[in-house]
Amino acid sequence: MNHEMPGSAAWSAPVRAGRTITLTALADGANATVLIVGADRLDRLNIPDTLKSQMSARIKPGMVLMSDRGLALATVVASTLDWHDCLTGALPDRLLLLELTKHGFGEADLHGCINFFSKVAVADDPRASLAYIPGHAHAGDTVTLRADQDLLIFVSTAPHALSDGPAAGVAVQLESPAHVEDPDLREEAVRALRLTRELIA
Amino acid sequence: MTITATTVALDSVVEAGDGALVSVPTGGRLRIVDLHGNQAVDTLFYDAHDIDNRYSAFDTIREQRAVFLTTGSRLISTRLDELAVITDDTCGRHDTVGGACSQESNVIRYGEFTRHQHACRQTFLRYGAVAGIGQRQLAHNINFFMNVPVTSTGGLTFEDGLSAPGKYVEVTASRDLFVLISNCPQVNNPCNGWDPTPIQLLGWW
Ligand SMILES: [Zn+2]
Repeated sequence: MNHEMPGSAAWSAPVRAGRTITLTALADGANATVLIVGADRLDRLNIPDTLKSQMSARIKPGMVLMSDRGLALATVVASTLDWHDCLTGALPDRLLLLELTKHGFGEADLHGCINFFSKVAVADDPRASLAYIPGHAHAGDTVTLRADQDLLIFVSTAPHALSDGPAAGVAVQLESPAHVEDPDLREEAVRALRLTRELIA
Repeated sequence: MTITATTVALDSVVEAGDGALVSVPTGGRLRIVDLHGNQAVDTLFYDAHDIDNRYSAFDTIREQRAVFLTTGSRLISTRLDELAVITDDTCGRHDTVGGACSQESNVIRYGEFTRHQHACRQTFLRYGAVAGIGQRQLAHNINFFMNVPVTSTGGLTFEDGLSAPGKYVEVTASRDLFVLISNCPQVNNPCNGWDPTPIQLLGWW
């Protein structure tokens, strides 16, 4: 399946365990805000647990996206960018909320998101001040996730909340490869994948 | 007898590993005292009249353009309402990226032997229940007094606390709030100095 989302749109789809989802920036400065809900429709992406387990303040290839209950939702298996923002959330997004509603979810299910293709730099000052980096992503930049359990994925192409640039489109491609190797992972990520495979995948 | 506009409405000790659900009215001040130093206090805020309008860590970070919280930080909800403001802080900075410990995340971080150790999210669920706060309503929290440095290279670590005995942080409610508190029982990292200790809650309204 290949779908081109225009800018300032929202879209959602189930992604079966083992399938990959590739997002491609269709113009410079693209942003793809992503929310993920796990197979039981309650266990959601947990950004704090994902970050502290893997000692990172950004999303990059070789990280497992973890759920509230310590399971692997998806693995970032490849990306042309090594920094995707996950610290600055998204503005209230009517279209994204409607996508949640289509699947029986609502405002209570909003959780920390990933802003793929966006970078908000952190300063080494006493407050860890933040600055949005314009033009971090270019047309053609990609990120590929492998679903590690059956997922619902929600994507918004609204501009990043700190961007004053125009909205840009993002292509979404779902594929069913026979097998996707694990990238190099920290031991915590390996543990999350093993528990997930033992329990539900 | 002196009559003042506000009185001490709350003065209680929360033991290590225990929690509390506190109703704070608009304008009320809630002070959390780190009695023994280096104690993480995991805290969530909800609009008391609509719990879906709840504290949002990442909206708060974005709106203040900085990761750490301190005096002046506005605590923002998912609807971008101001729930409360940090109006006093003798510690200096507080974390809102590190989230709360759970039995499951302890297993991922430290191993299977931690599976049945008590954790903050157990406390949140236990004390949140009377306000209708369940698993879906648990959001990403503030860790008062916790030190989670984030670096320009995109790194994140848990470090020894910056707090000390008697340091406190005070928030003033911008609307009627539920404040859900877990006095963190974590013993597997330095967030509680490897030794969880009691905190004091003081309220004026
Ligand atoms: Zn804890």
